[in-house]
Amino acid sequence: MGDFVVTLLTGLSSAAALFLVASGLSIIFGVTRIVNFAHGSFYMLGAYIGVTTVQSIGGGAVGFWVAILLAAVLVGLIGVAMEVLLLRRIYRAPELFQLIATFGVILVIQDVTLWIWGSEDLVGPRAPGFTGAVTILGQRLPEYDLVLIAVSPLVLAGLWLLFNRTRWGTLVRAATLDRQMVSALGVNQRWLFTGVLFLGSALAGLGGAIQLPKGGADLLMDFNIIAAAFVVVVVGGMGSIGGAFLAAILIGLLQTFGIQIFPNSTLILMFLVMAVVLIFRPWGLLGRPEIPGHGVVEAPEAPLRPAGRSLRIGGALAMAFLLLLPVAHLIAPSLVGDFSLVLTIEILIFVLFAVALHFIMGPGGMVSFGHAAFFGGGAYGAALLVKFADAPMEIAFWAAPAGAALLAILFGWFCVRLTGVYFAMLTLAFAQIAWSIVFQWGEVTGGDDGILGTWPSDWASSRVAYYYLTVGFTVAGILAMRRILFAPFGYTLRAGRDSPLRAAAIGIDLKRHQWIAFTISGAFAGLAGALFVYSKGSVFPTSMEIARSFDALLMVLLGGVHSLTGPIVGATALTWLNDLFSELSYWRFLLGATIIALVLLLPDGLAGLGDSWAGRRLGLASPGSESGAGPGSGSGAGDREAPA
Amino acid sequence: MTASAPPPVLEARDLHTYYGGAHILADLSFVLNDGEVVVLLGRNGAGKTTTMKSVMGLVRMRAGTVHLEGADITGEEPHVIARAGMGYVPEDRRIFGDLTVMENLEVGRQPPRPGAPAWTPERLFGMFPNLAEMRSRPAGRMSGGEQQMLTVARTLMGNPKVLLLDEPSEGLAPVIVDQMAATIQALKAEGLSILLSEQNLHFATAVSDRAYIVEKGRIRYEGTMDALAADAEVRNTYLTV
Repeated sequence: MGDFVVTLLTGLSSAAALFLVASGLSIIFGVTRIVNFAHGSFYMLGAYIGVTTVQSIGGGAVGFWVAILLAAVLVGLIGVAMEVLLLRRIYRAPELFQLIATFGVILVIQDVTLWIWGSEDLVGPRAPGFTGAVTILGQRLPEYDLVLIAVSPLVLAGLWLLFNRTRWGTLVRAATLDRQMVSALGVNQRWLFTGVLFLGSALAGLGGAIQLPKGGADLLMDFNIIAAAFVVVVVGGMGSIGGAFLAAILIGLLQTFGIQIFPNSTLILMFLVMAVVLIFRPWGLLGRPEIPGHGVVEAPEAPLRPAGRSLRIGGALAMAFLLLLPVAHLIAPSLVGDFSLVLTIEILIFVLFAVALHFIMGPGGMVSFGHAAFFGGGAYGAALLVKFADAPMEIAFWAAPAGAALLAILFGWFCVRLTGVYFAMLTLAFAQIAWSIVFQWGEVTGGDDGILGTWPSDWASSRVAYYYLTVGFTVAGILAMRRILFAPFGYTLRAGRDSPLRAAAIGIDLKRHQWIAFTISGAFAGLAGALFVYSKGSVFPTSMEIARSFDALLMVLLGGVHSLTGPIVGATALTWLNDLFSELSYWRFLLGATIIALVLLLPDGLAGLGDSWAGRRLGLASPGSESGAGPGSGSGAGDREAPA
Repeated sequence: MTASAPPPVLEARDLHTYYGGAHILADLSFVLNDGEVVVLLGRNGAGKTTTMKSVMGLVRMRAGTVHLEGADITGEEPHVIARAGMGYVPEDRRIFGDLTVMENLEVGRQPPRPGAPAWTPERLFGMFPNLAEMRSRPAGRMSGGEQQMLTVARTLMGNPKVLLLDEPSEGLAPVIVDQMAATIQALKAEGLSILLSEQNLHFATAVSDRAYIVEKGRIRYEGTMDALAADAEVRNTYLTV
């Protein structure tokens, strides 16, 4: 009995940080419609800044709490800086483009934190007056846990008063429903956005600072909390603070009880709960369906065109380059080193992965936050066959996409029932389930140690031979997906993206088409994974982690989601940049800063740059360069809904 | 222009608006004088709503100018235009469904403005007695007619000088349409200048002083309601379905 009560209380206390981070994320999303991936970084900053403020103010009975609040305020100001300097400039960019910017911020904050506070984990200061433990039914519970248990309801009450009893709160709630209408009523949205970013970031900072006496500060906090915070927000319902509160408690309890019952599957448990909730309540416990129309409607997308002359010439040149590169390597190894082949193989693999993701994201309108599940699924599928069946490469290679496709059939069945952000979050949840299985099921997958010894067959074992193999599969994969998009199946997919209702009205079973597309995309991602595992000779859980999914997302968005060449350009540029910077110290900072600069300079993506250049040369306005507004009331928002 | 003639309270000149490649408004101009009720008449898709949104800054124009009480508001952001004294009542109401009636009014509240009627929730409840009985009801749980009243009341909370009313009679029961006509006349008596868009000629005739007929984004006819009533040919060409 005592065990149970103490576990219950521990669970409630661990919900505090989760609730603070998730409610901030939810508030920011509600008004700005931006999924702030950098929110975990704000949590981490809250912890580090908290350590510093406690040190400088002194951890006395008053000083400690002042220091914690000061840390929250400082993180709030960092959020404001991100809004004013970065997000505000790109509100007019296509939906999701802001995601890239927040990726960049994650990288920058990681390295800035490393530079200021060093790589050692910091021990959190103790809270004066709450350093002991209380005994409950014979079991000991740290006193500070009781403080944490009290924090969530207090913050919830404060937020409720703020949103229901102040004019600012009323405006924020109205803007969450229809921000264009709020601005037509004379409210300057800029201040709402800035205020919301301050509040949301400060809550994340508070979450980081307040858990210091329990958890300290380390450089992995950002990614560790962000997945859990997403789960809480989605389970609770996007934009619902009460929902975030309920879900944080649910997840907190699940984690503490889960660790006792299934010590090896705590991660899986959390994401499983999320998947179950979304299947039965697609909009979360207290959320409501997204009302289409006002707010996030974009300009109608220009139709995809068959390859024009310039694209054919460009494609032929790229092909010639790829075919001749090994020849150059054999003739002049000093100029074209072995490494250029290695890098090109890696680029090609990620190009195939990015094109597979784009296949559902661009023409299908389904944004997946968890595509690494299929990349890693393919990689592990091949590696497991090698490990347990000693399968030769020729067999494992075909098993990988087939295995990834099966995974996609399973995940897709659940995911395609949702749309928009909820779809994205559910894909993330499934990817995390797959990752946790690989990570925690050590006997089979090797856990963190991965699987070694996946080398190509003899005929493909030379660098040049494997290079040509990669070129062949990548080019064939891209052409196959392109062919599908220009077939009636592709038209159907795009019709469903542009108008699900009309597509349904003419008799299209959209969900079924989306499910098939999801599976095709998963299969090609799995093929990329197989190419990857044989190029490295090993596979580790990192090939399935969130960061890998984010990489793919970044490639597609950076390249330009509206263009078929976008993912190719994006994957090439990002893989090359990654390699270029990876030798340097603080490469994350450089990469993040480069990403942010690209976002600010090229709001249509890298491929958009080419489009508009070509468009100008032909004397045509490129599609979407004019006002983004479409006919109909909701679409009018496209151009001017957000503050410029 | 002689010194005695004040500038029109709202003047739009040569508006051009595009959606992507589609030319929606072409060379559209109109004038709204102080204290007038003017109606834009036209069929579905003629460009009435786009005209309103262009004037309000919700859709970006490619060319043209808009002056409010002589001041150039072309290209300003919607909240700047609203604060300059323009009230916008959208066609599809766009009430905040989760917010109560009082909270909806609060979102619209702006400081009083010299030369424009000043509104308080109490005054508005006098005008829309139905709303008074449901102050703390979530607006999403009201009937269509009540929501239409609320969207007008919410815009009035900004104490506008000019009111843009986009198809206020659309989809309402006849008794509510009559109520809406009475409301427009009462607002005119308060000194508001009103630009209306309508397909319902009968309703428009009951409340308006002058009419512009819009077709394919251009003004095809301009005249007083009496002149329009006498001109069967114009009505048959542009207005009957």
